[in-house]
Amino acid sequence: MKTRILVAVAGVVVLIAAAAVYVGMAAARNRDVAATGTVSLAPGPRLLVRSTADASRGHVVTVSSTDPGGPRAVSPVTCARVYAAAGTGLCLRQDGDLTTYQLAVLDSGLTSKREIPLVGLPNRARVSPSGNLVAWTVFVTGDSYNGGVFSTRAGILDTRTGELAPSLEDFAVTLDGKPYQAVDLNFWGVTFTRDDHTFYATMSTAGHRYLVRGDFRAHTIGSIRENVECPSLSPDSTRIAFKSAIDDDPAKGWRLSVLDLASGRVTPLAESRSVDDQAAWLDEHSVAYAIPRGTQHSDVWTVPADGSGVPRVLVPDAESPAALG
Amino acid sequence: MYLSTIGRSEHKVSRGKIAANVLALGTVSLVTDISSEMVTAVLPIYLVLSLHLSPAIYGLVDGLYTGATALLRLVGGYLADRVSRRKTIAGIGYAISALAKLGLVAAGASAGAIGAVITADRTGKGLRTAPRDALITLSAPQDMLGRAFGVHRAMDSAGAFAGPLVALGVLALVGASSTDAFDAVFVTSFCIAAIGVLLLILFVRDHRTPRPATGTVSPRAAAALLKSAPVRRLLIAACVLGTATIGDGFVYLLLQRREDIGTGWFPLLAVGTNLAYLVLAAPLGALADRFGRLPVVLCGYGALVVVYLLLAGPVSGWPLVVVSLALYGAFYAATDGVLMALAGPVLPEALRTTGISLIQTGQAVAYFVSSALFGLAWQVWGIGPSMAVAAGAAVLAIVVTFGLLRKVR
Repeated sequence: MKTRILVAVAGVVVLIAAAAVYVGMAAARNRDVAATGTVSLAPGPRLLVRSTADASRGHVVTVSSTDPGGPRAVSPVTCARVYAAAGTGLCLRQDGDLTTYQLAVLDSGLTSKREIPLVGLPNRARVSPSGNLVAWTVFVTGDSYNGGVFSTRAGILDTRTGELAPSLEDFAVTLDGKPYQAVDLNFWGVTFTRDDHTFYATMSTAGHRYLVRGDFRAHTIGSIRENVECPSLSPDSTRIAFKSAIDDDPAKGWRLSVLDLASGRVTPLAESRSVDDQAAWLDEHSVAYAIPRGTQHSDVWTVPADGSGVPRVLVPDAESPAALG
Repeated sequence: MYLSTIGRSEHKVSRGKIAANVLALGTVSLVTDISSEMVTAVLPIYLVLSLHLSPAIYGLVDGLYTGATALLRLVGGYLADRVSRRKTIAGIGYAISALAKLGLVAAGASAGAIGAVITADRTGKGLRTAPRDALITLSAPQDMLGRAFGVHRAMDSAGAFAGPLVALGVLALVGASSTDAFDAVFVTSFCIAAIGVLLLILFVRDHRTPRPATGTVSPRAAAALLKSAPVRRLLIAACVLGTATIGDGFVYLLLQRREDIGTGWFPLLAVGTNLAYLVLAAPLGALADRFGRLPVVLCGYGALVVVYLLLAGPVSGWPLVVVSLALYGAFYAATDGVLMALAGPVLPEALRTTGISLIQTGQAVAYFVSSALFGLAWQVWGIGPSMAVAAGAAVLAIVVTFGLLRKVR
């Protein structure tokens, strides 16, 4: 018994020491970085991204539109997801401990104007073209007791009036024109038109995923077509870039395509890899999206929006792209 | 010969020693649960924020998570009886789960590899549960089985309680939620799980009987278990009881909707239940030994009926939440371990692990089916009528269980 206790104590000490050393080394690798340069969200020929570079991981940075791989301005602000338009920024970030998150509405100087606690893991962030409305999506876990099943929750905030729709599930939903109610409704990936009340998003229910159009003023949502996820409206509001599950099966990955709203025609883009991101329009002709590289990094790629050309890296070591200019 | 008379007097072990083995198993469970709940707590954050997996992929991974264990339990149980090495099979299960934590680091961002690692982790859990419970039944005298399971379950949930806190501590030490921080959580989780395996090897005693005669443990003998009326009754009762349970997720969701609890508090609902479970498991186990296991199990389901009625009833406010969660925890404390204590003596020692895994699998499958049915009922009938049906089903389960198990001691 004595030997066994000695062996046990020795084993426990060794294992705990091993864990402590690993944690210590990880902590040493993870020192935070200082800001370099001034980041502004004011409209201009710049791209806003979240850095995934080792030296500035998580920080909001801007690069020049003409030289996106060139020098970056690194801000002290860190976000899990970021987006900006017309001088308004939306940053989804950790709030204190690791289980709670918040959204922060940023002005053009990255000062936080409003913070709202978020429940769930930040997933998508969007700002309307006017900068007046912001939308977000979080993943909400169930309870750990049960293994936890995921659902998503999407909300919209009017930054002028302060009007808040914490969950689109509270809106009046129609599916194929008929009023629809279900407990398994999930929404994600909001994108805004220029009128500051119409939006598009993804709705899932009963195993199907739909493109929906909603009205933030009327609190209504109606389905348009199936298997369209994470819509992103073009600057001229005529097309929607989206991802769709290959063969309608998310396990096979996602294909990036563009839907012409007037004709309903779908154009697959030249990107053949699986893209699991809400694309961002750089201008009327091209979209940008993140492709993860290993577990630590991600690059922002771009591809023409008309199905031509080839994808190319736009900003290395970055994600969450938004064109400011 | 009645099965309940088998295996009753073969092992006269003194009380002190018995307690030691149950405590050793409880400690192993406690340490292992710290390790596994650390990972459970951060896995969604890791998959989504760090690896950018979408909910659909997460759903697939999660499906593997829950689906992989049920049948493996049967295989593990049978295997443990067959080679008459319950500790070894349980140990292999614990070791597989421990290695899976390192597998998470190695899997990187590959969804396929992560799915495989999580399946391995659940395989480990499937393998170890029945041999562990069989060891508990073999390590305590029959009149103390309720207490033994109560103590074990209390230690188990204490670990589940501490796990997320340890994970948060590691994340806080390492800093930002980079992949590095999550790797540190997984490595720490591995080290803790390895401590569990070490403690199992050093301090848990196997309960090895002389190698059973050929034919004692065979698929045929396992099938013959079902011919024994007490075993069949227990299995049916376990399935009936499983069917009466609608799923934790629904209970918490209903509470949250009823009370409009901020979703930030949502995880705390499970914590509340766990706390009641932790506090009540040992005393209710002792109560079961004193006043009979069946009454305690039935009272547990009575508590469940009250929870369902509360959720559908007119009372509201914070008292409703507190009372519901306390009763829900009491339901688990009165049924989870006590049912195993009820099952232990009925099963012949040579096939005890097989029998326990059979009962656990039956209950788990019934629970899975009833959760799916309740989800459907909720959608078709709405909350009120569905809850009424659920409460009615639970009452019916109490009556049926009483009828079935009246004679099982």
